[in-house]
Amino acid sequence: MSPEYYLILAAALFTIGAVGVLVRRNSIVVFMCVELMLNAGNLTLVTFARTTGTIDGQVMAFFVMAVAAAEVVVGLAIIMAIYRSRRTASVDDANLLKA
Amino acid sequence: MDEISYAPASGLLALSWALIALPALGAAVLLLAGRRADKWGHWLGVATIGAAFALAVGMFASLAGLDDKSAHLDLFTIISVGDLQIEASLLFDPLSAIFCMLITGVGLLIHVYAVGYMAHDPGRRKFFAYFNLFAAAMLVLVLGGNYFMTFVGWEGVGLASYLLIAFWQLKPAAATAGKKAFLTNRVADVGFLLAMFTMLGALGSLDFAAVFNGAATLSTGASLAIGLLLLAAACGKSGQFPFQTWLPDAMEGPTPVSALIHAATMVTAGVYLIARSHVIFSLNADVQTAVVVVGALTLLFGAIVGCAKDDIKRVLAWSTVSQIGYMFLAVGLGGAAFALGIIHLLAHGFFKAGLFLGSGSVMHAMNDQTDIRRFGGLWRVMPLTYATFAAGWLAIIGLFPFSGFWTKDPIIATAFAREGWQGWVVGGAALLGAALTAFYMTRLFVLTFHGPKRWTEDVHPHESPAIMTGPLVLLGLGSLAAGGLMASPVTTWLTPVFGEHHEAHGHLSHMQVTVATTIVVVLGAALAWLLFRGGTDEVPRAASWPVRAARADLGGEAVNRGVFERPSRLVAGVSVAVDARGVDGIVNGLSAAIGGTSRRLLTMQTGFVRSYALSILSGAVIVVAALMVVVVQ
Repeated sequence: MSPEYYLILAAALFTIGAVGVLVRRNSIVVFMCVELMLNAGNLTLVTFARTTGTIDGQVMAFFVMAVAAAEVVVGLAIIMAIYRSRRTASVDDANLLKA
Repeated sequence: MDEISYAPASGLLALSWALIALPALGAAVLLLAGRRADKWGHWLGVATIGAAFALAVGMFASLAGLDDKSAHLDLFTIISVGDLQIEASLLFDPLSAIFCMLITGVGLLIHVYAVGYMAHDPGRRKFFAYFNLFAAAMLVLVLGGNYFMTFVGWEGVGLASYLLIAFWQLKPAAATAGKKAFLTNRVADVGFLLAMFTMLGALGSLDFAAVFNGAATLSTGASLAIGLLLLAAACGKSGQFPFQTWLPDAMEGPTPVSALIHAATMVTAGVYLIARSHVIFSLNADVQTAVVVVGALTLLFGAIVGCAKDDIKRVLAWSTVSQIGYMFLAVGLGGAAFALGIIHLLAHGFFKAGLFLGSGSVMHAMNDQTDIRRFGGLWRVMPLTYATFAAGWLAIIGLFPFSGFWTKDPIIATAFAREGWQGWVVGGAALLGAALTAFYMTRLFVLTFHGPKRWTEDVHPHESPAIMTGPLVLLGLGSLAAGGLMASPVTTWLTPVFGEHHEAHGHLSHMQVTVATTIVVVLGAALAWLLFRGGTDEVPRAASWPVRAARADLGGEAVNRGVFERPSRLVAGVSVAVDARGVDGIVNGLSAAIGGTSRRLLTMQTGFVRSYALSILSGAVIVVAALMVVVVQ
């Protein structure tokens, strides 16, 4: 089996996710793009696991999913909290750290 | 030379500590009691000094009855370090006895006078407290049995002098004059300290007996150093060249202060110090020459400036400078002249105190004016002040048979007796000084009491109350008679201190000098009488350069300004600039650099999450690219 197609797909997904994080303002969409990047990573891990015939990559992918699930819980809670206090979900409006 | 030893004190003489304690107690009570003592405080001040005077007379009498004319009393140990023991010891000998009588006697008269003079001053209690403090410190100075105790008194009178010159401290001129006196004295006091250190180093003791007995073993260098350092200290306290500028400024204080401290007693402390250390000064001819030069220079300096001043108190102050110059000249000549210096000091104490109190009485009558150009014709309204001032005037110019004649003439004669050309120079200076003294004192006298009235509109002169004229009359009588009565007995009385000496004979005989002095004095006085009997202008006229120089204190102030004030200000300015630009510059520059950098770094903190994300991404890309480069290779 040739891994190129899978890797190209993963790279394309990662790029779409990265660009989405950089250009979108809505925090939900940014969050979804982060998930896209994580899953592009997962796809790469699984691809290499399949290519080399080991299960290390698959184990790693499970960990990533577990972490991503936890991250979703925390992240969405933060977004909810920000929305409640500021009446907006735009990441540009949450600029309390500005100098 | 005979071994010098002092007998232990007994009987009344063992009470010499009480002489100091009485005025010190008065000062303490007056200062601590505060306003409650306002009503009776001045009488307490008079009472303590009066009691001290009575005790001094009693002690004087007991001392006269002793064969061994000294009484030494150790009170307690002040400093005990290793082999060094410094005792609080008191010495009552003929020299201190004379000074104690002068301080307490003239002090009592001036205290009484001050009760009247300060009657309308709200600070009268404080004034008497300081006055008593001064008397106590001055008595410590003259009673001290070692140089340390003398130094304690020396500093004490410096403090009292400062407090009293600046007594009207709200007047800027008085406050400045007080500081000036204090600082000038402090500079000279360094000489005293260094002299004490040299004595400790060379002889290991500050006791008079130990120092005088060991003086013969001193190296020439050490005796020269000790002599010159003590001379510097004496010049500072006595307003001698080159420290003369503080004394005329000290006239900003109340007039009784000028009379007691800056004419009769404290400023003569320098003469006392030299007379007390006569053993050291007699050792080294160079030191003696230095004292003679200082004395001759200062007596001319003071007399010349005195001729050009228009302020009654300042003329008298410069006259004091000049008369103390005579005393320095005398103690510098050494031998028999030591006693002459002390006798002139005593006579001067009387007539100068009388003259100052007289000037205070005149000021009292003239609304505190001091400008002699605005006096004139006062003899009719103030007969008592006039008569006593005339007594002082006759005494100071030294006309036969008044005080100054008996005390100043022998000094001039002894000056002429100095060997070689120095005798002519020093004697000539002393003779010229006598002529100048006659001139400026006659000028002062005539302008104040005779001639046309040049009063300002609002003055109504009147004679002073009895409490002021009483002391004036006593001092006036003392001025007339003291010199003639004291000259011979005091010389005999002081023999145990200074030893036997024969009158020196030199270029001119005593008779020739007396005639010459009388002639120049009469000429000086007559010239002043002719020039000023018709009064003078009410504003100073443009004058030739000698008069202008004398009005400007012969450049004394200019030298102080040029040599000390300007360079110090320059150094201060430079160090301020170095501090502001250099030291502060480095610190401030560093903080500004850090602050500026941080401020610039702050601009990267945009608050936009997406720009942070971009930085993270760029960073990650760079790391990956670097890894790729490494791995591919």
